[in-house]
Amino acid sequence: MNTTVFAPWEDPQAKPLIQFQNVTKRFGGFTAIDNLSLDIFEKEFFALLGPSGCGKTTMMRMLAGFEKPSDGHIMLGGQDIDPIPPNKRAVNMMFQSYALFPHLSIWENIAFGLRRDNMPKRDLEDRVEEMLRLTRLEQFARRKPHQISGGQRQRVALARSLAKAPKLLLLDEPLGALDKKLRQDTQFELMDIQEKTGTTFVIVTHDQEEAMTVASRVAVMDQGKLMQVATPDRIYENPNSVYVADFIGDVNIIEGRATANGDETYQVDWAEGQSPLTATSSTGFTNGQSCHLAIRPEKVTISADRPADAINAVQGKVHDIAYLGNLSTYHVELANGTIIKAQSANTRRISRRSFTWEDPVWLSWTATAAVLLAN
Amino acid sequence: MGRPGLAVMDGHGCGFAGELMRRALLIAIPYVWLLALFLVPFFIVLKISLSDVELAIPPYTPTLDLSQGWAGITDFFSQLDFENFVWLTEDDLYWKAYLSSVKIALISTVLTLLVGYPIAYGMARAPTEWRPTLMMLVILPFWTSFLIRVYAWMGILSNEGYLNQILLWLGIISTPLTILNTNTAVYIGIVYTYLPFMILPIYSSLERMDESLIEAAEDLGCSRLKAFWLVTIPLSRPGIIAGCFLVMIPVIGEFVIPSLLGGSGTLMIGKVLWEEFFSNRDWPVASAVAVVLLLILVIPIVLFQRNQQKQTEAGQ
Amino acid sequence: MNRLSWFNTVSLTLGFAFLYIPMVILIIYSFNESKLVTVWAGFSTKWYGELAQNEAFLNAAWVTIRVAVFSSTLATILGTAAAYVLVRGGRFFGRTLFSGMIYAPLVMPEVITGLSLLLLFIGIGLDRGILTIVLAHTTFSMCFVSVVVSSRLVTFDKSLEEAALDLGCSPAQAFRLVTLPIIAPAVISGWLLAFTLSLDDLVIASFTSGPSATTLPIKIFSAVRLGVSPEINALSTIMIAVVTVGVIAASLVTKRAMVRQKQDELAAARTE
Repeated sequence: MNTTVFAPWEDPQAKPLIQFQNVTKRFGGFTAIDNLSLDIFEKEFFALLGPSGCGKTTMMRMLAGFEKPSDGHIMLGGQDIDPIPPNKRAVNMMFQSYALFPHLSIWENIAFGLRRDNMPKRDLEDRVEEMLRLTRLEQFARRKPHQISGGQRQRVALARSLAKAPKLLLLDEPLGALDKKLRQDTQFELMDIQEKTGTTFVIVTHDQEEAMTVASRVAVMDQGKLMQVATPDRIYENPNSVYVADFIGDVNIIEGRATANGDETYQVDWAEGQSPLTATSSTGFTNGQSCHLAIRPEKVTISADRPADAINAVQGKVHDIAYLGNLSTYHVELANGTIIKAQSANTRRISRRSFTWEDPVWLSWTATAAVLLAN
Repeated sequence: MGRPGLAVMDGHGCGFAGELMRRALLIAIPYVWLLALFLVPFFIVLKISLSDVELAIPPYTPTLDLSQGWAGITDFFSQLDFENFVWLTEDDLYWKAYLSSVKIALISTVLTLLVGYPIAYGMARAPTEWRPTLMMLVILPFWTSFLIRVYAWMGILSNEGYLNQILLWLGIISTPLTILNTNTAVYIGIVYTYLPFMILPIYSSLERMDESLIEAAEDLGCSRLKAFWLVTIPLSRPGIIAGCFLVMIPVIGEFVIPSLLGGSGTLMIGKVLWEEFFSNRDWPVASAVAVVLLLILVIPIVLFQRNQQKQTEAGQ
Repeated sequence: MNRLSWFNTVSLTLGFAFLYIPMVILIIYSFNESKLVTVWAGFSTKWYGELAQNEAFLNAAWVTIRVAVFSSTLATILGTAAAYVLVRGGRFFGRTLFSGMIYAPLVMPEVITGLSLLLLFIGIGLDRGILTIVLAHTTFSMCFVSVVVSSRLVTFDKSLEEAALDLGCSPAQAFRLVTLPIIAPAVISGWLLAFTLSLDDLVIASFTSGPSATTLPIKIFSAVRLGVSPEINALSTIMIAVVTVGVIAASLVTKRAMVRQKQDELAAARTE
């Protein structure tokens, strides 16, 4: 079963397609990328995720060739690409603004890159038609970019950058201009096209849901550094820092001091007068070391009475309820003022809801539900 | 105080008719002004171009005499003829002047484009914080007197002028070049004075251009030069067209530059019209010259208007 | 943004050198001792002194300034009204003709405008003098004013006017209290444009002026036809200096206003 899983990053034999080797990029006195190393493998759908200004777009522009690293090297297929100008790289980019040439038709936009390679006329026409089919744009071929919708423009931009069959396709916030519903549909379309063409995709986005949906691996960036590089599920379930835990999804963070309590199990003293919490962790903590406990709200169970077998249980009263339709998030205030969020699925109709404002409740979670983080 | 609601209603009812009046007045005042001082004069020019020259004041006949009633009107129309226009075709001075004006306008427009485009391009690619200053530097000469700017070149281009002094001193030439009072001086003068009109529209179309389009072209395999040719030039076309019209149309009727920088061999229709009017005092022929000039300009003016309209529509 | 490439640096340097060197030479040689403009014979301000004694130039300058003030003020009122009609007037009879009459004078050769106005003034028996020049200048410069103002009005958020109407203003009040203060910079630059156009104009003034009223450009033109003279250099220098100071002052004022607004916004953001 494991052999079918696509995970070249776990294979020490696999040769990465792209290697960032200690890359630093400075703009004047500002360091956009800070001594960063990263491997991206063939056929990956790799997401660079982070807030604006974290350096993700700079990474992409260096891959495309519009920026040169101040230090370090970028290798593509084992070759240093620093001296290669953008127009000679087997890398294509889908621009955030789409950058469709307004004076050319959709057909001519898609053919633009192929014409630069002096592709024979027949092959060129076939290739453009193929791209039009792939992106379902056949009937718009003769139109100009301003005569089609935003979603169609997005597909033209994709078709144009894929037409040259690049080794690597860069997507800069490709869905940023689309509304939410269209964005979700397009995400699946992108994954579909990536699979069909077998091209390596690197996507830049600030939308964590988007990164989680499309990517095989996600790199979370902050201030020019990589915070964590892992598969979406590992990023979510096993964040390596408070920053990553907080950036991806909703999380409760409880500060405290760890004390070893058996094999890979720790007790966390977190507040006066509260019994310590128990959590497991494979990373070692020294006794009395300050730590953060990160617990996802959906892993916290809410109940009227104290569950008998719960390892971690705290009491509080319902402070606020956010009703999301399928889910409800309860904000529970503990005796010392801490607020902990708990999420539960609304399997019953709302009138039958068991808890309401000011109700005293118990929150509980297992020892493995929380992640123990040093910083 | 007691019934503010009613007071408001009254104010409104009263104001409504007043507003209509005001709106009509607002439209009427500039409208009538332009009709009286722009459109009507053209019809007078047309009328006089069909009249005969007379040694009197005003120096043309017939004049419309309404005191004779209908007879006066028919008399007036019966005396109008196309004699002056026939005259324009017979004397080759006129059509040569028209042709030469158009030729000079075309050549100088191309020259202005060649000089202006790189400047506009450089401005549009300059750091953002420089751009207002560069804009001001382009506009500043435009605010300075046209006459003075043409005059400045007289001192430079004359036989003992600064240009000849420098060239002689450098040893490039041994005898002074004759530039002033030739067509070359006229071209230099036109390019110099009309340059801002070429730079500004091109700059504004280049500045609007999304830089990522150039990057996209490079990403798809264009060299810098190729990307410029395939993307930048086509996208700045509206600016180029607007700039060319803004230079070409007024230059066809130009008077100051040919009369100060040009020589006896420089034939331009604006100068001919001026001399016909002030020196020969032949008002009917001067009017006929103006009518034909206007007919020549109608096509470029209409084309220019279309280009502008298309641009504003594309902008919206 | 990116730094300038050598090509752009070269083209900008050459371009601005071309634009400014003739004027710099003109200014330098206005301080020339010699009567011969092209031969440097030492520094002197005597030509400025002679200019100050030249009655004919001073009279012409006074006429020109009066004409410019009257015509630019009239042109600003008419041009702003025309712009408002064009942008906000909706449909009315003869709208196409109206906009045609606004745009045509912008490119109309001056000889035609001048000739046609002269023939009109003679036709209705109006004596040529300051009045006729003012009428002529108002007519062509109101079109420039209206283009400047309407380009501002197009980008003007119409909901501001609607809010004023909603709060009880009459349309006239809404214009006076809301629209006019906001488009004021465009109206002012329209006035400045009309003023300089009037100061500059030679051709139309030549047609429409009579012996009683000679403007400065007419005077300069007849002097210049005879060749370069240091007195004209001195006069040109004064005119260039006035314009330069005016333009730079205007741009500094707008820049300061912008900087102040930025600072105010920043300060406001900080108090949040």
